[in-house]
Amino acid sequence: MPEKFDCIVVGAGPAGTACAYELAKAGVNVLLLERGEYPGAKNVMGGVLYRKMMEDIIPEFYKEAPLERPIVEQRFMMMDKESAVTFSYKGLEWGREPYNNFTVLRAKFDQWFAEKAVEQGALLVCETVAVECIVENGRVVGVRTDRPDGDIYADVVVLADGVNSLLAKQLGFHREWRPDEVALATMEILKLDKNIIEDRFNLEPNQGCTIEIFGDATKGIVGTGFLYTNKDTLSIGVGTLLSGLIKHKMKPYELLEYVKNHPMIRPYIQGSEPVEYLAHLIPEGGYHSIPKVAGHGVLVVGDAAQLVNAIHREGSNMAMTSGRLAAETIIMAKAQNDFSESMLDQYRMKLMESFIGQDLKKYKDATHHFERFPQYFEQYIPMMNRAASQMFTVDGASKWEKQQKIWRDLGSAKQKFKLARDMMKAWKVMK
Amino acid sequence: MMKAQTIEEKQYLVRFNADTKSHLHVLDPNICLTKCPDKICTIFCPASVYKWEEVRMHVGYEGCHECGSCRIGCPYENIQWEYPRGGYGIVFRLG
Ligand SMILES: Cc1cc2nc3c(=O)[nH]c(=O)nc-3n(C[C@H](O)[C@H](O)[C@H](O)COP(=O)(O)OP(=O)(O)OC[C@H]3O[C@@H](n4cnc5c(N)ncnc54)[C@H](O)[C@@H]3O)c2cc1C
Ligand code: SF4
Ligand code: SF4
Repeated sequence: MPEKFDCIVVGAGPAGTACAYELAKAGVNVLLLERGEYPGAKNVMGGVLYRKMMEDIIPEFYKEAPLERPIVEQRFMMMDKESAVTFSYKGLEWGREPYNNFTVLRAKFDQWFAEKAVEQGALLVCETVAVECIVENGRVVGVRTDRPDGDIYADVVVLADGVNSLLAKQLGFHREWRPDEVALATMEILKLDKNIIEDRFNLEPNQGCTIEIFGDATKGIVGTGFLYTNKDTLSIGVGTLLSGLIKHKMKPYELLEYVKNHPMIRPYIQGSEPVEYLAHLIPEGGYHSIPKVAGHGVLVVGDAAQLVNAIHREGSNMAMTSGRLAAETIIMAKAQNDFSESMLDQYRMKLMESFIGQDLKKYKDATHHFERFPQYFEQYIPMMNRAASQMFTVDGASKWEKQQKIWRDLGSAKQKFKLARDMMKAWKVMK
Repeated sequence: MMKAQTIEEKQYLVRFNADTKSHLHVLDPNICLTKCPDKICTIFCPASVYKWEEVRMHVGYEGCHECGSCRIGCPYENIQWEYPRGGYGIVFRLG
């Protein structure tokens, strides 16, 4: 007699664990499968976890979860070779309840979160790969695992298997991702004394800072670099569309070295000790790449459904909320004992009505716009740096002369027209 | 000078629990030889798993981060890509 559950969730990342937690809490008999040695063993994130979406699941989680630092300052650097224009917001309201967001290290956080789901009654089984969905008469009825006698059955299967969702692909919910639908990120964790971190980033104990780096961090390719403060480590990384790396024939770890050694970045990390190196994909296809997310007996959540807002580096929060919405739908389906696609499709509707659908729709053309027109990263960020340098350098030239120079730097009338048009277009894809 | 500059040094920071058999297979080395002048997977792979050896591809699967880039980025879909068996492969301790 094969094992049967109400629900099998594949993948114990934020999406799968959120779903399993909510289901278990409602008394649903749920199995949470994870291929890693422990939840988090395969997972990578720069590290910003958003308080709101986590609190929708576990109120006041920050009183016990393994968090690094609450973020009180967010900086955005438009970086050129030897300069940067930086924009920042620091607010102490972010440093106290209810908080805005926190840095986390995923191997620790994911384990903690999965334990919470277990406390609610979910069964967590690690070191097990779901190799395919078992499909009978057009419905998903379970998963085949790589364990001996590894077929497991359920009324409904939730695919929370991340960006490399081989299972959703197997079901034909999407074709293989294109290289311009995923970003490859590499990152290092750097050990550094906590007092030094606080001095360098202008922080009090238990305050954190994030820096997003545009422009020269990716040598003009569409992507970003980041530098985040943890308790006694820093997370530094860089991600670009895979298509960009291919086009420019660039080795991702050499780009990471370039960022680490950049004169605008090096002083922050000097003297630190690298303790881990990590690589992972981020789904960045956005709205147009969202696959089919509901079928007979199956739902797709989190990165597996391309739910990432690359412009605002939000992924873990969308993962959690999508997991929670999937759970709500399953609880409803169970009450009516109906796991058909038309029933489960309510999940897609909830998803599209939530901030996830709204935000992804808002930025639906943004990544592709910046990828198609490389001048934003290659030309306009350096231009902005030259303008700032010109304006703030006191060299005896009048401010009027300086404005003239900046104006000339924008190029011929034709180039200025192009610039104005590009700014309009950028505004349109971002607004 | 920053430490861990080369990919070998970076890989040394990572814990791997390698299986005895590979989860990555280059299907047809002839395609690599004749159609893929840049051997592009040897460039974008973040762990330098692929190394071209004159007529064949050496696949150092033991150091794979399981990121999926080669499956998506090989222009000829010439890489058969699976997850390592449960519990095997890369083990992140922090990130
Ligand atoms: C470098 C980097 C920086 C990022 N920074 C941020 C950030 O600052 N803030 C933010 O919100 N988001 C960030 N993200 C995005 C965020 O990490 C993801 O959106 C989020 O982790 C998605 O959660 P998930 O549960 O859908 O997928 P994952 O976290 O990838 O979890 C999937 C899980 O499924 C398991 N699994 C996969 N296949 C199988 C299978 N067949 N059988 C069993 N188990 C399986 C995996 O081992 C894994 O545990 C970043 C991502 C990267 C790579
Ligand atoms: S990218 Fe594909 S075709 Fe090119 S060398 Fe690698 S495996 Fe061969
Ligand atoms: S999955 Fe990523 S790390 Fe592994 S071989 Fe492919 S590109 Fe390299």
